[in-house]
Amino acid sequence: MIKITEKPIDVQKVIDTASSLNAGAVNVFVGTVRNNAHGKNVVWLEYEAYETMAVGEIRKIIDDASHRWPLLGWAVSHRIGTLKPGEVAVAVAVSTPHRKDSFEACQYIIDTLKVKVPIWKKEVFEDGEEWISAHPAVAVNS
Amino acid sequence: MHTFRVKAFGITKDILGGKEMVIEAPGVTVADLRSALNEKYPKLTGLRSLFIAVNNSYAAETAEIREGDEIALIPPVSGG
Repeated sequence: MIKITEKPIDVQKVIDTASSLNAGAVNVFVGTVRNNAHGKNVVWLEYEAYETMAVGEIRKIIDDASHRWPLLGWAVSHRIGTLKPGEVAVAVAVSTPHRKDSFEACQYIIDTLKVKVPIWKKEVFEDGEEWISAHPAVAVNS
Repeated sequence: MHTFRVKAFGITKDILGGKEMVIEAPGVTVADLRSALNEKYPKLTGLRSLFIAVNNSYAAETAEIREGDEIALIPPVSGG
């Protein structure tokens, strides 16, 4: 299951979708919205996706993971729209025969998702807003 | 000149001033489109990275764009 959704993510459903009776391990990563960034309070985040490409890129990541680890089941769900601190932004679940593979595969999927999949977030502070990672890091006094 | 319809996401939507723009480029490669974009919207060159996707896949600079292809600007991603 690959899902890009404006509705709250049902983490249990993501886990259930990834589960398999042949598996001895189900590993789930849940990414949540932090209430702070750069020492400032985050009021909310705006997530945006290029949905058709995002689904395709997630599928490629799952295909790669399937070649590297014995995945028995998997599910990825990513939220878009307006999210408040504490809300679930992404959930990734995989099942494998043994736990080590499940940790590695789950980490690979979320790490690769963060660098490849066309999804963007904008942090909205009390005094402004900023697209994350858009510009090179700038020294504080420059 | 060749005319391309380009989708913009994230910060590129702010820089271009809309979700979709029509761009005139002197050639048909991704590199040609990129130089036309940079000339029209110099702020694009200040981004940490900018990929161009053609038909929902990251495209090489040498790739040729055909009429009807779906083109999108992919600024640094930040999902998760």
